[in-house]
Amino acid sequence: MLEDKDRIFTNLYGLHDWRLEEAKKRGAWNGTADLIRMGPDWIIQQIKDSGLRGRGGAGFPTGLKWSFMPKEIGERPHYLVVNADESEPGTCKDREMMRHDPHLFIEGCLIASYAMKAHACYIYIRGEYVDERLTLQAAIDEAYAAGLLGRNAAGSGWDFDLYVAHGAGAYICGEETALLESLEGKKGQPRLKPPFPAGAGLYGCPTTVNNVESIAVVPTILRRGADWFQKFGRDNNKGTKVFCISGHVERPCNVEEAMSIPLKTLINTHAGGVKGGWDNLKAIIPGGSSVPLIPKEICDDVLMDFDALKDVRSGLGTAAVIVMDKSTDIIRAISRISYFYKHESCGQCTPCREGTGWMWRVLERMAVGNSTTEEIDKLLDVAGQIEGHTICALGDAAAWPVQGLIRHFRGEIEERINHYRADRGGVSMAGVAAE
Amino acid sequence: MAVRRPAKDQPAAFEWTPENKDWCAAQIAKFPEGRQASAVIPFLWRGQKQEGWISIPMMEHIARQLEMPYIRVYEVATFYTMFNLSPVGEYYVQLCGTTPCMLRGSSELREVCKKVIGPENHVSDDGKFSWLEVECLGACCNAPMAQISTSEADHYYEDLTPENFEALLNDLRAGKPVKTGTQHPDRHTSDPAGENTTLTDPSLYDGSRAARLREIPNANPGAATSG
Repeated sequence: MLEDKDRIFTNLYGLHDWRLEEAKKRGAWNGTADLIRMGPDWIIQQIKDSGLRGRGGAGFPTGLKWSFMPKEIGERPHYLVVNADESEPGTCKDREMMRHDPHLFIEGCLIASYAMKAHACYIYIRGEYVDERLTLQAAIDEAYAAGLLGRNAAGSGWDFDLYVAHGAGAYICGEETALLESLEGKKGQPRLKPPFPAGAGLYGCPTTVNNVESIAVVPTILRRGADWFQKFGRDNNKGTKVFCISGHVERPCNVEEAMSIPLKTLINTHAGGVKGGWDNLKAIIPGGSSVPLIPKEICDDVLMDFDALKDVRSGLGTAAVIVMDKSTDIIRAISRISYFYKHESCGQCTPCREGTGWMWRVLERMAVGNSTTEEIDKLLDVAGQIEGHTICALGDAAAWPVQGLIRHFRGEIEERINHYRADRGGVSMAGVAAE
Repeated sequence: MAVRRPAKDQPAAFEWTPENKDWCAAQIAKFPEGRQASAVIPFLWRGQKQEGWISIPMMEHIARQLEMPYIRVYEVATFYTMFNLSPVGEYYVQLCGTTPCMLRGSSELREVCKKVIGPENHVSDDGKFSWLEVECLGACCNAPMAQISTSEADHYYEDLTPENFEALLNDLRAGKPVKTGTQHPDRHTSDPAGENTTLTDPSLYDGSRAARLREIPNANPGAATSG
């Protein structure tokens, strides 16, 4: 179990003041200029050595990503863009960091930008987070007034400007190239890669896009050392992580814990356990709505890290743990997720634009049993046709929950279909596959 | 994808208030020269705050201001779901219905909306309210929840129950002050209800962490470069 002294986000719950003076007392902005004077290569190496993997869902090694940026500034300026478009259902961690510990985050923006030789950074925050945006902007204003941003930021010798931009309610803008499109004032439709943002990103300039948590942990890692961060979690899954526990638990909460904590321990220790006890558990979505659910048998002993969850054909994603007890209509729960992806598809790629709506309509029928067992295979086939055949990962994210449902609860879907038929003298009402 | 079209009845013109004109200039200054189109989302949002919704004259005005083809602004306004293309109530209730909120009772809250306000996507007769179900608002550890917007603010109301939600809506209608954020008596924000399981060590908050760093870890030159 992680001890308080090793927690990075010491004001996660906003029990203390977020403003500069109090944030400094908690350790923010401590020795920032000294860290920066160690140089970009040292910073990037430290982040590599720490084992930090991106906290936005994909888990790409952060230090490695930074090293893709050109070593020197050429004709075009470099940018850091922070993805604060937190919209993955189940996920509500970046919000807490931005409204309760904004100075740790702002300090991280400066250090990371310096490491990648960016003089400007844009934070793209989801449009709905209005109060959070105002707090973040107020913290940035404070930092400018204190000389921590702007010319010779924090006495580091680096000139640095930090801006807040925002979206207006589009999940797809959490995809990094859609985010860049949106930041350029367009509708958020993902770009084909390559070119990757490190080559041609915002305004065609070298750009790195990182999640809020990935950036906000950087100053503390540098202050306490890569080896300190390495103490937590299994190999290849290092560090601490903020988990969001929602759904059918006694005490839903955000909590920072060590990576690789057993899922059961996480829930029992911090969330007061599953409603009605662990044996009342049906299934858990362990990493935000995009990852396949896992049934209780797997939840019993699975560890919360990238590799352990991959091994059980799910994923850590954003570490948003959505708990479903035995009272859950699992088909309807996943159908609601399918509706989400239908609503949020940007419409650019046909498999996603058409497929997400098709899957939702079929699942809505399956939720009442108005389907056939053959149609389950058809649904699985369609999910497979969407997966991997779109520009961005939204298609995959729409397919995976459906595949997870069928993998683990096919029996329940069949049972419902059989009940529906039996109630109607054995005749199936299905037949209109798409509508 | 959601199909979204501008309202039938459109005003004749749009003008920024003097205060918002100044605000616009500050927004454009955030972006490099020639990249003023980057400000289109903040402009539309500000326009919506000023007028309550986004009209075609507003889109055209913003397009001229940002030197964008009008159709590009129309495209943005119809793509992003926070932009209201027709008038909404004075209190605009966006109820989250995605799975984490659904698991904790958002369906019952929908019934409260129907009872107190009326049908979805209609402004109530007194002009006070309109509501709709939206997708995940990112406050899942405080589910179920809703965002209620006015011309002044856009607050989250969390840990809702049919009872406290109905009382909240009635208080808003009556012009009474209401508590924003969590409505749970034993929660502060996204902490667990009751006793916290973490962040209880007083040494985190006694200022000891602000003590000057004696040395930077791994600062020896041998480990400083390579890679």
